[in-house]
Amino acid sequence: MSGQSTHHGPGAAGHEAHMDPATAREAATLGIWTFLATEVLLFGGLFTSYIIYRIKYPQIFYEGHLKLDHVLGAINTVVLIGSSLTVALGIAAIRKGKVGLLRLYLFLTLLLAGTFLGIKYVEYTEKFSHGLYPDTDIFFSLYFMLTGLHGLHVLAGMVLLGAVLFLAGRGRYSESYHTPVEISGLYWHFVDLVWIYLFPLLYLLG
Amino acid sequence: MKEHDSGTRTYIVVWGALVMLTVVTVAVSYVHLGMMNVFVALLIASAKASLVALFFMHLRYENRLVWGFALAPLFFLVLIVVGTLSDTLFR
Repeated sequence: MSGQSTHHGPGAAGHEAHMDPATAREAATLGIWTFLATEVLLFGGLFTSYIIYRIKYPQIFYEGHLKLDHVLGAINTVVLIGSSLTVALGIAAIRKGKVGLLRLYLFLTLLLAGTFLGIKYVEYTEKFSHGLYPDTDIFFSLYFMLTGLHGLHVLAGMVLLGAVLFLAGRGRYSESYHTPVEISGLYWHFVDLVWIYLFPLLYLLG
Repeated sequence: MKEHDSGTRTYIVVWGALVMLTVVTVAVSYVHLGMMNVFVALLIASAKASLVALFFMHLRYENRLVWGFALAPLFFLVLIVVGTLSDTLFR
């Protein structure tokens, strides 16, 4: 992702010295999907423990899910889906060479991502004030581990998209070259994908 | 990439569908269907995940090689879940 931009200075006519642009783009796409595969399995291990303990201790999961705020969880789901939309629209914009529009959409994405983490902070504070911690029971261990790991991914995505926003401001991306924007976008959509499963599994299923 | 003009409109329609499916999954959670609740929730989540992957992640416009890279981890995910359950369920 970021390593790619070090090879060529801004405004270089031929972006890739060794590969034609289409090949370079496909290589980058395969690279991010490979990385996302490792991410699926990282969360997959935790989902597996969720399934096993849910089958073993259904009562603890039932009582635990009642203590979560369904409304805040639903709002956060809509917030994250909205941030996926703004990333997609940003990519559509840069494909037409509209750098200003790309920057606006990336800024909105960061705003939504910040909102998500803000709501998550409110939720965590709520839980702590009621004496619910990661060591309370198996449900809250999994809740804090899954949402915490996901939250770190949101944070990483914000850093990544923030860097893309910064580089877009320096005129690094154009209609003909915007692979890093697309690759970062794929990462962001994945973070959204994980939450799409986390929300019903933790907040809704009793 | 092939599509250019329909992009923005498609994205907004997909976003609308994702929000609607979120509302549906919350609504269904108030109806007690027993084990069916789990099934319905996972079905809706997977429908949402497919929409995100196909449209937002552009999988719809990618070639077979990219599809292979994108779907391969699902095979390993099933392997991990089924493999682990086949142990813990029958101890």
